[in-house]
Order: sequence, then C-alpha cells, then structure tokens
Amino acid sequence: MLEIKNLHAKVTEQDKEILKGISLNVKPGEVHAIMGPNGSGKSTLANVLAGRQDYEVTQGEVIYQGHDLFPLAPEERAQQGIFLAFQYPVEIPGVNNVYLLKAAVNAGRKARGEKELDAMDFLTFIKEKLALVKMDNSFLSRAVNEGFSGGEKKRNEVLQMAALEPKLAILDETDSGLDIDALKIVADGVNKLRNPNRAFIIITHYQRLLDYIVPDYVHVLSGGRIVRSGDSKLALELEETGYINDSNSASANA
Amino acid sequence: MTKEAHDISSLLSQEYKHGFVTDVEVDTIPAGLSEDVIRIISAKKNEPEFLLEWRLKAYRHWLTMVEPTWSSVRYPKIDFQNIVYYSAPKLDKDRPKSLDEVDPELLRTYEKLGIPLKEQEMLAGVAVDAVFDSVSVATTFKAKLAEQGIIFCSFSEAVQEHPELIKKYLGSVVPHTDNFYAALNSAVFSDGSFCYIPKGVRCPMDLSTYFRINAASTGQFERTLVVADEGSYVSYLEGCTAPMRDENQLHAAVVELVALEDAEIKYSTVQNWYPGDKDGKGGIYNFVTKRGACRGNNAKISWTQVETGSAITWKYPSVILQGDNSVGEFYSVALTNNYQQADTGTKMYHIGKNTRSTIISKGISAGHGHNAYRGLVKVLKNARNARNYTQCDSLLIGDQCAAHTFPYIEVKNTSAQVEHEATTSKIGEDQLFYCLQRGINTEDAVSMIVNGFCKQVFKELPMEFAVEAQKLLGVSLEGSVG
Repeated sequence: MLEIKNLHAKVTEQDKEILKGISLNVKPGEVHAIMGPNGSGKSTLANVLAGRQDYEVTQGEVIYQGHDLFPLAPEERAQQGIFLAFQYPVEIPGVNNVYLLKAAVNAGRKARGEKELDAMDFLTFIKEKLALVKMDNSFLSRAVNEGFSGGEKKRNEVLQMAALEPKLAILDETDSGLDIDALKIVADGVNKLRNPNRAFIIITHYQRLLDYIVPDYVHVLSGGRIVRSGDSKLALELEETGYINDSNSASANA
Repeated sequence: MTKEAHDISSLLSQEYKHGFVTDVEVDTIPAGLSEDVIRIISAKKNEPEFLLEWRLKAYRHWLTMVEPTWSSVRYPKIDFQNIVYYSAPKLDKDRPKSLDEVDPELLRTYEKLGIPLKEQEMLAGVAVDAVFDSVSVATTFKAKLAEQGIIFCSFSEAVQEHPELIKKYLGSVVPHTDNFYAALNSAVFSDGSFCYIPKGVRCPMDLSTYFRINAASTGQFERTLVVADEGSYVSYLEGCTAPMRDENQLHAAVVELVALEDAEIKYSTVQNWYPGDKDGKGGIYNFVTKRGACRGNNAKISWTQVETGSAITWKYPSVILQGDNSVGEFYSVALTNNYQQADTGTKMYHIGKNTRSTIISKGISAGHGHNAYRGLVKVLKNARNARNYTQCDSLLIGDQCAAHTFPYIEVKNTSAQVEHEATTSKIGEDQLFYCLQRGINTEDAVSMIVNGFCKQVFKELPMEFAVEAQKLLGVSLEGSVG
C-alpha cells in the first residue's frame, strides 16, 4: 500500500534536512507505530505524506497504491484515502462541524465518481459514526473545533476519520494532551476502524497509547532515520530504557 | 509563496462580472455644477417650487463646505465640475407608463444582472424599483402593493403624486446641511426610490431597489426615503453594480428611514459596484449617507450590509433611537481586495429610555485591501438603561492588507451598559491545509472559512440575498494571499 524509499526532506527555505533516509513498507491491515524523541522527524514524516507545502522532499520516493505520491496535491491525496489526524486540530469559527464533514465526505465521493450524499442521507450516515467516538448530535452543529476541549478535538479527528473511511490513516500524536478517559475513547474508536484493508501509522512520543492500540510493528525514529524496528514489545522496552541509546546509535551510524 | 497561498491568489483575482456597458440613447446634460444645472435638473423633473428651493439651499450650503479628510481612505481630489449630474435613458416623450414601454435594451440589462423586471417572471415575490444612471426606469408590483395602501415608486413619481409626504419627510433624518456629500446629493439628486407603509400594514413582500451606473463620467446621486407608519413592517433590499471603466465614478447617495411607533424597517444592502481592476485603476467611490430615525416608541431599524464592491466605500448607516424602547441594529460584512479601501461602520444615538443597539461588523481584507471599522455609540443624558453591544471582527488574508478599528463611545447616563469586543485573525494556512487534507479544494475551503466568519451577518439577510451574498463573497475573494 505504502512504500517509503530512502526519503529525505527538509523544511522549505531551510537548509537542514530533517528526514535523512527513511524506508518503510506498510501493507493493508497493518498498524505501524512510529516512536521517537522530540525533533526526531515524526511530525515531518506525517506532513510530508499528507502533502504540506512547508516541506520539501530532497531525495527518495513514496509509492502509494502503486503510484508516485508526490505529484498529488494534498486534497487529491485525501480523496485517494490518505487521512491525517492532526496533532493540533485547527478551529474554524462559524463553520458547522457537520458542514465540514459533509463537504469532505462528498469531495471524496465526487473524486471517486460516486453520487454525493444529500443532507438527509448524510445525517443518517454520520450519526452511526458519532456513536463510534461516543459523541452526541450536538457536536455536529458546533463550529469546527471551536471551544472544544483537547479531548473533544481529538475525538473529532477520529470522527472525521470514521466518516472519510481512509485507506491509510496517519495519527500524529493523537494521544498528546489527553487524559486517560479520552485516550480510551480515542483508542477504542481507532480499534473499531481497524480492518484488513486499512493501514495505520501511529505517531507517538509515549508508549501509553500503544497499551490500547496494539501495533503490529514499532519503529524508532531518531535523527531523521529509523534506527530500530520490532514488534509491540519494542515499545515496552523503550518505555523502560528511553530513547537515549537509540539516539547514540543513530549518531554512531552517521 | 506556498502552493496554498498561490492558489488563494489566483482564486482572488477573478473578474468583475457586471462590467458590461449598455448601449442606450441618453439624455445627458454637460458636465459641471452651478445653480443653472440644478434648475435644469429640477425643471426636467417638473418639480414643485419647494423642492427647487430646497435643492438651491443645499447647493448654497455645499459651496461653504470643505471636503472632509478625517477618514482613513485616500483618493485624488475630485473635480466636481468634471462630473455629469444628469444622465437618463432617452424615453419617447414621458416616463414609461408600464414595463412594455421600457426600452428593451434596459430590460435586457437588468436580466443580464439577474434582476427580472417582468412581473410574470417574478417568482420570488420581490417588488423591484430599478434605477439606471440617474433615473428610475421601472417599478414592479406597484398595483398589488397599492391594494394595501403601500406606496412604492420612483422618487420623481413620489414628488408628483405625493408631494405632501416628500415635503414632510425629505431631509428630516439627513438634513441638507448634514455633511459635504449629503449636501451635494440634496442639491443634485436626480431620482431614487420612495416607499411608504401605512399604519398597521405588514408589507407582504420584500421591496427592492436596484441601482446601476451605466454612463461614463456620470455621478449617481440617488435618494431613497422609506417611511414606516405606526405598527407597520417592511423589509427593503438594495443592490448595485456598474460597468468597468478606467476612471473613477462618484456615487453619493442618501438614504433616509423613518420608523414611527411600533414600526420596523429592515434595510439590507448588497453593494457590488465595480471595485476597480487588480492594480487599483477605476472603480466607484461609494460615499453614501444612510441614516434611520426610530421616531416612536418600540420602533426598530435594522441595517444589514454586504459591501464587496467599490474602489472606496465610505459610509456609516446609523440609527437615531428617539423613541423609548426603540432598537437599532447594524450587521456588516465589508470586503476589500486588491487596492480597495473601506471606512465603514455605524453610529447609534441613544436618546430614548431603554433603547438598545447591536453592532456586528466583519471586515475582510485581502490583497492590498484596506479596511477600517469606525463606529460611534452615543448615549445621551436622558437615555436611561440604554444598552449597546458591539462586536468588530477582522479577517486578514495574506500579508499586504490592513485592518483598523476606531470605536468611539460617549456615554452621558450612568445607567447605560456598553460592551465592545474586537478580534483580528488571519486566514491561516493551517486552516486551509486542514480543509485540503480532508479532500476539500482551495476554492471551497476559502469560501467555507470566509462564510463561517460572516455567518452572524448573513443570517440577518433575507434568504435569497444571503445566497447571493455568499456567492458574491466567493467571487470577490478570488485571488488574495500575497
């Protein structure tokens, strides 16, 4: 589904490379966790995959569903099934949550040549999804993320994910700023969305989230490279030893 | 410039759609202003003596005045002798008696603009008075309105048919001495709309005036007078467009509203005068005086304006809250793109007891646009328990534009409650990217974000106008981040 080959990237208008050769292969149905200390390039990876223009790919390639990902505009990537759950979901005052959701779902449907949902059908559709993240109908009529608590914002991201039914979902530190109850709701929502055709890349700083969403693979990102890969046990190990050793090995490799 | 920013830029540079010129035979007097010109205008309209006298008084007063410079808008000095003060489509003999007699070319113009004048085609049930350059060319649904005693006609016709109402109310809210442009308008106004709603009548349809400047070098000086008698209600809509021309054209209108006891007037404007090209060349100078008076107790006047056009917009639709418990409202969206300038806002004069006012102003600046909110809330000594709530929000798109807020508050009564809130925000690339990442394209995303920002104002507009305003905003915004 997704093949990342020797990916190098930097922030546009800066010289310093942040990603220094990442390779990763993600198959449908798999859940990959990417862990690593602050500044290791985790969020950069997420943004590069989603097509944020503040980043520039300097080397390497990414193949998504058999095609080069980079020529696609961000909205085309989204329409083709790439979803990014934002670390800091933005507020859009005056725009109803349901309006954004409907526009997003229908943009995807239109791109796939499917019939757009009308208001009534959409309401039926989205109400099923609301239950998944334990949100009530009032969430729909509130302005997008405006006045939402940290937990509500992240649940809203999972709601959008559920509505858009992506093929590849990238969660960028979705656990940050969540208390344990909100974390459980979010994890529960994600687990329900796991299926054999859908892949996840879960970016996190802490092992905590991985107690609830058990990954198939764990990768440690450090200094812009994947320095270790393993199964879910690796996350537990890191929790005890920290990232320091891996950072050292990264510089040793350099 | 990032891709998102570039996309917005191209989006914001859309062309003005109403910029065509209509080829009709016109009756035009030479450029220039003098007592003779005023006498010619008055004679052409066969006006009663009192009106000519009033015009001349206004003109003589205007001669003593100097052009105001206190606003934040900047423009080259206007040569008032270089303006044509009267231009009318040439009509065989008199004014047309019915729509059948109106020049088909004019009817086609209004159709092109999406304003069908033929009554049989009007499904919306909006009565329209269309003003072309200096004169009103057609008013629809007159007969139906007359059944309820509602008078809705061109200003010139009202002068002939209802001189007593004109004499009573003309200049009673905006006196001929009020300000430089109002005085000029009082001297040379050529037409406009007049509306009178009798006691206890709820006007069954929205009334609408559509203004169109067509001729070159012509100023448009129209006057609108709306009188709502005791216990009546009217919703009044106003729309404006003009051809694309390289020179600037002056539009100095006056709108007076009078609401008597228990009456309510809702006045909505969607202003889309030609804004000039992307380098700031051409466009309309929209220097307008709009004021309403709540003369009786429990009267209510509500201004809603969506200002997307004009090179310069300079106006402050205001309410004089004379009657006890009277209510004034001002809802405004002003958008400036490219080199457009706007200095707009409102004045609320609290005179009666328990008077209330609400001001919601949304300024959007894009390109090199310059947008200022200027507002006055004045609570007089006897206005016990007066209340005002003001909210001014500015949205910046790109980094070449500017937004300013100048709120003035004068309170002479200690029981008054005046609240003011102001915010300035920038349409973030974060917001845009968020929408893009959900599969929504740039054009739809910008329009969604801007419409969200304007929501409080749009919900005050009549349904069809709200749809039109949303579309207009989308078009006017095509192309704004630098």
